[in-house]
Amino acid sequence: MTAAGDERMWTARLRRRAVSALPPEQLLPDRQPAYVSSWIYVFGVLSLASLLVVLVTGVVLALAGPQWYHVSGTGRFVNSLHLWSVELFFFTMVIHLWGKFFMAAWRGRRALTWVTGAVAFLGSIGTAFTGYLVQSNFDSQWIAGEAKDGLNSVGIGAFFNVLNYGQMLLFHVVLLPLVLGVLIVWHVLLVRRRGVVPPYEQAAAAQAGTAGGHRADAESTVDSTVPVGQKQEVAG
Amino acid sequence: MKWRAKYRAAEARYAAPWAGAYRRYDIVKEFVVALVVVSLLTLGLAAVFGSPDRTAITLAEWATNAPNDFVATATSELAGSSGTATYGAPYVDDPTAGQKIGPLALQRWAGVTTPVDTATEFVLNPLATVPGDQGLTDALAQYKAATADQQQKWATAYGDALTAAPDNDPAKVTAGDYGPVPVLADRLLGYARSGGLDGQLLAAGSFYQTDYTRSVLFLADGTYLADQAAAAHLGGEQWGMMNETGRYPGQAWLWLYTFWYQVPPFTTKGSSWADSADAWIWGIMLVLSLVLILVPFIPGLRSLPRYLGVHKVIWRNHYRAAQPR
Repeated sequence: MTAAGDERMWTARLRRRAVSALPPEQLLPDRQPAYVSSWIYVFGVLSLASLLVVLVTGVVLALAGPQWYHVSGTGRFVNSLHLWSVELFFFTMVIHLWGKFFMAAWRGRRALTWVTGAVAFLGSIGTAFTGYLVQSNFDSQWIAGEAKDGLNSVGIGAFFNVLNYGQMLLFHVVLLPLVLGVLIVWHVLLVRRRGVVPPYEQAAAAQAGTAGGHRADAESTVDSTVPVGQKQEVAG
Repeated sequence: MKWRAKYRAAEARYAAPWAGAYRRYDIVKEFVVALVVVSLLTLGLAAVFGSPDRTAITLAEWATNAPNDFVATATSELAGSSGTATYGAPYVDDPTAGQKIGPLALQRWAGVTTPVDTATEFVLNPLATVPGDQGLTDALAQYKAATADQQQKWATAYGDALTAAPDNDPAKVTAGDYGPVPVLADRLLGYARSGGLDGQLLAAGSFYQTDYTRSVLFLADGTYLADQAAAAHLGGEQWGMMNETGRYPGQAWLWLYTFWYQVPPFTTKGSSWADSADAWIWGIMLVLSLVLILVPFIPGLRSLPRYLGVHKVIWRNHYRAAQPR
């Protein structure tokens, strides 16, 4: 039940803006344009799934500590799970990134989607790097000793000390995942809001003023499982 | 400006809501299946390949396995000639030290934020905690009573003598005026072998500690750590930054960063490029990272995918369906 003036409440305004920017059917759509039919589209969601495994295994490692994951059999195994989920995360993310490059996925006012994805990729490299530093083994010692020179050479080492285990642990398990989490959520919401980039238009279609002959395609559907009216509603 | 109008028109068309055909797409199901697949793959890879986990090198291990290197390093810390003592910012205040990108001395811009006095912190202070050794007490007293110039002369002379000795063996050093330095280096070796130096460098008088800066700097000043890394194919000239011990993929995503360390002019010994290789390579990577982030705004580069043609493979079904029959 609403009372007069409720619509001016900050909460109500925020809700209206959120629903208007991303209505539920756009946030969790059950339809996608017919051109979204290639294995390349799977790699975005695969990288998200890998990230979830990275987070879960990482939380277990951080809670139990190095005295556990260096010594016990279970700890070593969870350490291996964390390593391989990170490898899968990067493998799938790099394919996703190349796929989006080849599709020029920044077209149609989707530049911010690309930018947030690219920054998240670079941020992931930094996060993984701090992970290698906090393994607390020989690799950590060597990588820290080598990496300090690069960071010091441009002045970053003055504030980001790779030899300081406590500082690197904070970066690895809190600060960088937080930044990364925000970037990835933002990236995914932008994908939902802007939609998946359409194929490059063909010359004839461009002359006709349609995106790749899309409007002409509408009636010669690849997979016409949904009436056109409904499609347009989903497209928002 | 015709091309700009054309570009904007195309952008508007690509931004417009899709008016073509749609297909069912269960993204929740897709995510759940992806999660199951990734989890199974992770479990399989972890079970089959495990993960590398070579134990960290302790100062005790270094002192035991490479005593000559340890003594030479300790002496260089006293002489002020070690890597850390001559590093410059952020450890040592030395206007002549540090890397530059042309005239830009970025390494020095924030000054000394982690001050390290190698002689005091790596050698003298730890030795001062060793009890019941009159010879050591006398050596420390003699060293501290001497002028800074004298201290450096002793340590430098002993360092040179160690370099000239067969196998750099302290026992084979020719006689000379080294003052108390040989005793100090020898006692530090013994202290390190006992494991005492590991705790002393880390704790430095406090109970809790999470900062390994001094321990790693001291360890890295010797050649033992680098030798172990080179044997494990982790050296800087062996694409080491992206590798890890054993036959594991490591940080393969650092390939481009590591690549620059393998090619001239950064590999040309003695050149200014090689001397400031880290700074130049960080500069290059910063520019390349910006290019990656800003691809959508760079004319030419943003249009490149159209001409590469990979999109025709990705959207082959769409283009096939769009062809007139």
